[in-house]
Amino acid sequence: MVLRKNDVTGWALATPLSAVLAVFLVAPIVMIVVVSFWGATEWSIYPAFQFDNYAFLLSSDVTYRVFLNTLKYAFVTWVFTLLIGFTVAYYLAFHIRSLTWQIALFLLCTIPFLTSNIIRMISWIPFLGRNGIANSTLISMGVIDEPVEWLLFSDFSVILAFVHLYTLFMVVPIFNTMMRIDTSLIEAAADAGASGWQTLWHVIVPLTKPGIMIGTIFVVALVMGDFITVRFMSGSQSANVGRMIQNDIGLLQYPSASATAVILLITVLLLIGTLLRFVDIRKEL
Amino acid sequence: MTTISKVRYTRRSLLKTGGAAVAAAALPAPMVWGQETKNITLRQFGTGVSNLNEVAQKVKEDLGFTLEMTALDSDSVTQRAATQPDSFDIADIEYWICKKVWPTGNLQAMDTSKIANYDKIVGIFRNGKLTPESIIAQGTAPHTVGFTSGVNGTDFVDEESGFMTLIPTIYNADTLGIRPDLIGRPISNWSELLNPEFKGKASILDISSIGIMDMAMVVESMGEYTYPDKGNMTREEIDLTLGIFTEAKKNGQFRAFWKSFDESVNLMASGEVVIQSMWSPAITAVRSQGIPCVYQPLEEGYRSWGGGIGLSASLSGMELDAAYEYINWYLSGWVGGFLMRQGYYSAVPETSKNFMSADEWGFWFEGKPAQGDIANPFGQVMEKAGAVRDGGSFYDRMGAVACWNAVMDENQYMVRKWNEFIAA
Repeated sequence: MVLRKNDVTGWALATPLSAVLAVFLVAPIVMIVVVSFWGATEWSIYPAFQFDNYAFLLSSDVTYRVFLNTLKYAFVTWVFTLLIGFTVAYYLAFHIRSLTWQIALFLLCTIPFLTSNIIRMISWIPFLGRNGIANSTLISMGVIDEPVEWLLFSDFSVILAFVHLYTLFMVVPIFNTMMRIDTSLIEAAADAGASGWQTLWHVIVPLTKPGIMIGTIFVVALVMGDFITVRFMSGSQSANVGRMIQNDIGLLQYPSASATAVILLITVLLLIGTLLRFVDIRKEL
Repeated sequence: MTTISKVRYTRRSLLKTGGAAVAAAALPAPMVWGQETKNITLRQFGTGVSNLNEVAQKVKEDLGFTLEMTALDSDSVTQRAATQPDSFDIADIEYWICKKVWPTGNLQAMDTSKIANYDKIVGIFRNGKLTPESIIAQGTAPHTVGFTSGVNGTDFVDEESGFMTLIPTIYNADTLGIRPDLIGRPISNWSELLNPEFKGKASILDISSIGIMDMAMVVESMGEYTYPDKGNMTREEIDLTLGIFTEAKKNGQFRAFWKSFDESVNLMASGEVVIQSMWSPAITAVRSQGIPCVYQPLEEGYRSWGGGIGLSASLSGMELDAAYEYINWYLSGWVGGFLMRQGYYSAVPETSKNFMSADEWGFWFEGKPAQGDIANPFGQVMEKAGAVRDGGSFYDRMGAVACWNAVMDENQYMVRKWNEFIAA
């Protein structure tokens, strides 16, 4: 085959990105897969090709419970971030008329993200605690007599923190796609006699799907891979896959951590693969 | 760094000819060393307890070289000592970590003849006995992993072989911390941790190797089971212990688990938790906020731990000599006094005495009522006149040790079960 000039240019242009991806994405993943078959003693790991790590992982009912718990966190967080994210984006895109205000309010949304997300997460702890601001306010208002215990170190606080941390990842892509919706379509819907809800459901939501999907991928991937939020907000009392991996790493069980990471990676890929069956985001980008 | 100044040779021969005591007594005056000492940097890492910047500053003042400190949690410390021997010169680790790390050969044995105060190190770290009548507690007692067969030994030997794995630096006896104001009645047994009275207000630490020992103390105190050796459980014993705690967890006994020192302080100070496993300085930190907190002595005794300094296997030449210099300085009293005024114990208490006031010594070591205000090394007043240390004197506390922090033969199994407990 003779290389034409265009081909050479094409290859040359693709090389830097491919090289970066090969070194920083493909190679580490290959390494993780390789190590997942290795063996470990208490203080060292040794090369091997054995299925022990997977056998232990897949035969323990704790693994299934933890994966289920992780999926639960991802799903509930997704529902809330989607509802809030969609509403905020809708308001910004369709209720704010001037572009200047849209940009200003959008930037306002991002201000909390200028601080570390660990700080944003930890600041919930004194707020939600037994003697925290939330409880003392509720008591002084007479809503409750005894401090509410489930506010902190519970699934509630974990999901609250997730929603707080990740809603913006939903707002941004949805807002972005909404801004590109041709307003004449909405006018047409109104002219054809559609009610506000009908326009929303039959015009705006279908056209916003790619944004929703991108936001969903962000949120799901972030929640599935998290370990620190679950550790702090549940007071170490709940586990997700990330914490399982973290515990293994802390105890020098790298092969077992790798095996868990591989299973997690497959789970997330399957999940995202399924999601992408519903919406072709490439067509829309 | 293979060239060594002549001055240093002279000093070493001095040490060998019995001038060690003189040399040590001359501390903390700067040593007459080659100028190149000033350029030496020793990298030390370890758990937060003794990795203090004040120590690094004092080393610079007294010995002239630079000590770089890195503080990590015990898991990371183990990991680093076992896997990255070139990333440190001095490992400040606990004895149970030593049991895990020593067989990797990443640390080198220390010649006790070069340790000036070796003979004054308390018995716990030498033959295991605090006093000649002491019974050796269960678990990884420091003396069992304190000696090896030779410079390159990767084994442990029972007798004082002249080659130490770690030079002991700091140790203490741990128990439960309580909020007496929120509990309102005396607490005298480990079993209280699982008392339904404290449902949703108890906590335990999420560091498996230490947590399992606290659990064992509780299980034994409840009368559920008596372990032949809490520090080395069988699989059945591990299942039993974690089974009892999993049930308690499911019943909502625990408010949270903690992994780092400040988490334990916050849980206690905020009143989220009224009884939990705790470390001595955490108690102090709660109290210094004006919140009552007691390090409660319990009938069943203490769970004890000890730490020491180990030298990286790759340390040689001038750096190695500097490291010995540092160790000798460490045991010569200043650090001991500094640590003892925080509630820890020094491996050579008698040298530390010179660096403490009579009142401080009486309060911290002898368990006597304070005559005046007792301040910590940072100048903050911790106790008023008349206060007595929780648990009493050194011999009362260290003499009532029921077990040492340990690493078990079934450690991997235990760790997996521990993960299940956390996930339950």
